[in-house]
Amino acid sequence: MIATLKLSARNLMRYQRRTLLTAGLITLGVVALLIFVATAGAFKQTMVGEITDAMLGHLQVHRKGYQAATDNSPLNMNLQPKAIEKVEEFLKGDPDVVAYSKRVKMGAMFSNYAETSAIRLNGVEPEAEDATVPALRKRISDGDKTGPLVKEGELLLPTLLAKGLKVKVGDSVVLVVTNASGSVNARPFTVRGILDQVTGPGGRDGYIHIKDARELLRMEKPEVMEIAVRLKSLNALEKVQQRLAGQLDTIRNKEDKPATELHTWKELSPFATIVKMIDLMTLFIRIMLIAIVLVSVMNVMLMAVYERIREIGTLAAIGTKPGKIMGLFLGEGLLLGLAGAIVGVAISYALVAVFHAWPIEFTYGRSQLSLVPDLATGEVLLVLCLAVLVSGLASLQPAWRAANMDPIQALKHV
Amino acid sequence: MSLIQAINIKKTYRVGDIEYPALKDVNFEIGEGAFAAFVGPSGSGKSTLLNLIGCLDHPSSGTMKVYGKDISTLSRNAAAAFRGQHLGFVFQDFNLVPVLSCYENIEYPLLMVRGWSEAKRRERVMQMLEAVGMTEQADKRPDQISGGQKQRIAVARALVGEPKLVLADEPTANLDHDTAYRILNLMKKMRDDFGTSFVFSTHDPKIMSEAELTFVLEDGTLHQQGGAA
Repeated sequence: MIATLKLSARNLMRYQRRTLLTAGLITLGVVALLIFVATAGAFKQTMVGEITDAMLGHLQVHRKGYQAATDNSPLNMNLQPKAIEKVEEFLKGDPDVVAYSKRVKMGAMFSNYAETSAIRLNGVEPEAEDATVPALRKRISDGDKTGPLVKEGELLLPTLLAKGLKVKVGDSVVLVVTNASGSVNARPFTVRGILDQVTGPGGRDGYIHIKDARELLRMEKPEVMEIAVRLKSLNALEKVQQRLAGQLDTIRNKEDKPATELHTWKELSPFATIVKMIDLMTLFIRIMLIAIVLVSVMNVMLMAVYERIREIGTLAAIGTKPGKIMGLFLGEGLLLGLAGAIVGVAISYALVAVFHAWPIEFTYGRSQLSLVPDLATGEVLLVLCLAVLVSGLASLQPAWRAANMDPIQALKHV
Repeated sequence: MSLIQAINIKKTYRVGDIEYPALKDVNFEIGEGAFAAFVGPSGSGKSTLLNLIGCLDHPSSGTMKVYGKDISTLSRNAAAAFRGQHLGFVFQDFNLVPVLSCYENIEYPLLMVRGWSEAKRRERVMQMLEAVGMTEQADKRPDQISGGQKQRIAVARALVGEPKLVLADEPTANLDHDTAYRILNLMKKMRDDFGTSFVFSTHDPKIMSEAELTFVLEDGTLHQQGGAA
């Protein structure tokens, strides 16, 4: 086996320029794929991180039907205390859940005493919200970033509204809310901080303390509209979703139908579609890599067989079995693919190191993002295996042809 | 026991609807330690006969026995195994592997066909290099040595696996007269030293006189033979 591979390697070096060109082509394909995957992966990770860590959480629990009506900020589709208790019981018992935050959501009018604008508000428990969406605090561009996320009587205001209504940290503003029974309630708040806007649902929401929210809505019972959940790892999303969905199904309404609904961030954010597109593009680039390796290796191996017909006849005549002749040519193809892929991986790691030193800065929506691509070991191994496997496949037909050549005809070949 | 025994060998090639008889009812026997030649003009059937003895081809009818084994119907793999174990080949164009050194060309059958250990291979290859007077050229590639030297390496490669029989198809055709004689003498010496039988083909009357046993082929028919079988 090793002897065959050694001979294959030497055969490859017969036509150095051709071998280098083909290996170079494979290298180029591998670099293109790995850098795309690393960059797209970093973009995905950054965006998903921003969406889940700064707004949505990984999962959300609502009362059945709430999500379909979320644009209207319905006040009559709240999770009731009994259901909340059960949901909390499930979440506390789940080993993959690290935090959850109960939210009271509402639409309100925001006034600086001179002008008025609409605002969507989240009433949150500061500590729980901090633990569930830790990047929310990082969005505070102006104001106190230390201490509780928001105190009673305070408001975190989205930057667009702050700019539009010329409000700054420390200013007093009024929030006016219509509650579920149609009566209007208003209360003054102090602006604690200005929040940078992020792309996606909830990216332009304001935040107040949950007690203030309940007071504004004149809630008699501690109801909530939403429970956002944070997991230990995003990789556990599908597993936890499945597990929680089963548990939540046991919470029934009076008609004995499920009283709650569970959504992952993918179902809540339109960015999930972009993620799918990125995955699709990655697939297409993988297919392109396969095509590059397949065509280039097959071309080189067909040429190699054609140019060495007499030699193949000689090897067969002196007793080399067809299987070994096949192994010789298969080895050439495999080594070609492996060499090209290894160099490609090395160049990709070097490029990633460059990106680490000089990250790619770009704006997505109104967010300023910094991309730091990383090469996942699994992806690198996959690309290596893919290149070697496809090289082997591409060499199969030429190698089979060489192995099954008639020695007499081969020896006569000029 | 005869080394080679051909019984009523016929070989016919078909091109379209037309059949060309290459060998017509050929019978002969060659004993061990022979230095035999098939002679005749181009197209007389010399190479066809060598291909049949070397189990590179099958006769259309008849039986070809080498060392008592009927090789007429061997499968592709079995034929390769038989060649690897019992036969050596020397070609008109030397047919050395260009990427391998002289040493490695000789070593090739032991490594890829026989699977000998490195130490055993080294000992045998060095012995063969010395036998053909090519020790100094061991590390050179085929394109760095002369035609006569290439054929010496080819003879060494044919003999390295200790075969009972070496088949040489026009081994001197691409060599000048002096070199051709030197190669024939080398082959004879190898026969004497190692006891290996040599069967070669030639169309050169001067070269055929060197053979101890001669078979003349004309239009696929074995006309006469000289020397003792």
